[in-house]
Amino acid sequence: MSLALHERPLRALAEGLRAGEFSSRELTAHYLERIDRLDPELNSLITVCAEPALAAADAADARLAAGQAGPLTGLPLIHKDIFCTRGTRTSCGSRMLDRFVAPYDATVVARLEAQGMVMLGKANMDEFAMGSSNETSWYGPVRNPWDRARVPGGSSGGSAAAVAARLAPVATGTDTGGSIRQPAALCGLTGIKPTYGRVSRWGMIAFASSLDQGGPLARSAEDAALVLQAMAGFDPRDSTSVDAPVPHYARDLEDSIDGLRIGLPKEYFGEGLDPAVRRSVETAIAELRRLGARTVEISLANTRLAVPTYYVVAPAECSSNLARFDGVRYGHRCADPKDLRDLYERSRAEGFGPEVKRRILIGTYVLSAGYYDAYYLKAQQLRQLISDDFRRAFETVDVIAGPTSPTTAFRLGEKADDPVTMYLSDIYTIAANLAGLPAMSLPAEPVGGLPVGLQLIANYFGEARLLNVAHRLQQATDWHLRVPPGYE
Amino acid sequence: MSLDRADVTKIAHLARLAVAEDQAAAVASDLSRILDLVAQMSAVDTRDVPPMAHPLDMPQRLRPDAVTETDRRDEFQALAPAKEAGLYLVPRVIE
Repeated sequence: MSLALHERPLRALAEGLRAGEFSSRELTAHYLERIDRLDPELNSLITVCAEPALAAADAADARLAAGQAGPLTGLPLIHKDIFCTRGTRTSCGSRMLDRFVAPYDATVVARLEAQGMVMLGKANMDEFAMGSSNETSWYGPVRNPWDRARVPGGSSGGSAAAVAARLAPVATGTDTGGSIRQPAALCGLTGIKPTYGRVSRWGMIAFASSLDQGGPLARSAEDAALVLQAMAGFDPRDSTSVDAPVPHYARDLEDSIDGLRIGLPKEYFGEGLDPAVRRSVETAIAELRRLGARTVEISLANTRLAVPTYYVVAPAECSSNLARFDGVRYGHRCADPKDLRDLYERSRAEGFGPEVKRRILIGTYVLSAGYYDAYYLKAQQLRQLISDDFRRAFETVDVIAGPTSPTTAFRLGEKADDPVTMYLSDIYTIAANLAGLPAMSLPAEPVGGLPVGLQLIANYFGEARLLNVAHRLQQATDWHLRVPPGYE
Repeated sequence: MSLDRADVTKIAHLARLAVAEDQAAAVASDLSRILDLVAQMSAVDTRDVPPMAHPLDMPQRLRPDAVTETDRRDEFQALAPAKEAGLYLVPRVIE
């Protein structure tokens, strides 16, 4: 008996489409049926695009029939609702943009659409990507398919829950401080945050522009490689986009990792790391050693400064970026403003939720007159030190490995009232954003029925290496093949 | 670093964000806790460290000085909450 459509990886789906075993319309309808049936209990999607998806699937079927299909043509996906989609609401998880329909497509959306991918819907997310649990969304929290009393992680929590529950074979996400990797870890997925500048930020609603980077959340490194291939590349519309050739990620997947030098930062295995998560990550690292890798302890001495540094840089940039939401040109506007100041202040107070407000206020404070040097300048100096730690490490190792998150998925509401405790759940992911390095999370052995993420960090533009190491590990293990009970 | 309600009112005004009177104390307490976290930065001597402007050593790219976007004024303005005769409407500023 052949695998059900939602059990098959992207390459197998592409082969099935080409062989005429099923059509893109059938595949799309299959996933839409699962969304319809299963998403009410997860809340992973803000918008479902059933009719446009079926139309896109028909167009893909025509391309397939004409022999003009690429490797992704006809394959469904879900976009995080931070990517602008022409004609479909882009809310960014905020009341501010509840009725916003972008007049253009984000570059990522356009590139994947040009490949013939079929957008099933827009994924729930923490409001403006600010959160680590998907509890700050205006559209309500997302539930983790592994245990619906627990969070899926954030901010790309809807993307992660949807792919884990087999509501789509792959989804896009964005990562400013761990927002692809941490939900990938908590939902048992493979997610990659590319090098800063590798994937265009154009049309991706800005949170912290010097940190934001888009990437895929997938079920395997092989699937992630296929989709990243289409997402990555130079975009003249993004002034920080890197004009450098994109390697062929799928080609290097099978390379041997014999002799690979893996650095294990001692700061990533210390206090605060759940002992069971630690054992799981160490088991995965032992497996990498069995495949020929050599491990060596390294030090990233400024690790403990990453979270404090981030909570200056990210809010500062957030307060600047979100200044554009003024109730005048688009977005939420309060009723009956009595003057211009009232219009600004009430539109923003009604449009933004508590976490976004906190970050805007912190950012405004650290950038205000007299405080710039003590906060923002200081943070940028620490960012340099954090970056230098990695530079030194990569003189002697090829890849850095450690946990993605200090714990497995926590319970809904467990950290929601305590912003600082929530911030510390990103302790291992934030440094890669500050340094602009590529990093990924892939499943290690689950603990107590909950997924654990192994994080890999590489030097600039080392995405192919990350995907290669992850793929080799996935060839030798089955942790990434586990499916949440009830979503088989 | 501890902020009080008056600080919150001042910052909220700078951010053009109304904070309700009955929430100001809670917001002050949250922000103070975040600033306590951030204060760990000051333990490090950064006197000779250059601030990091960009992760990659990359110059700002220039493009030809040519018009590349088309006029989509109507489409963009269709998103506005209030408009008239091609203008964005806001409450009267000058009496």
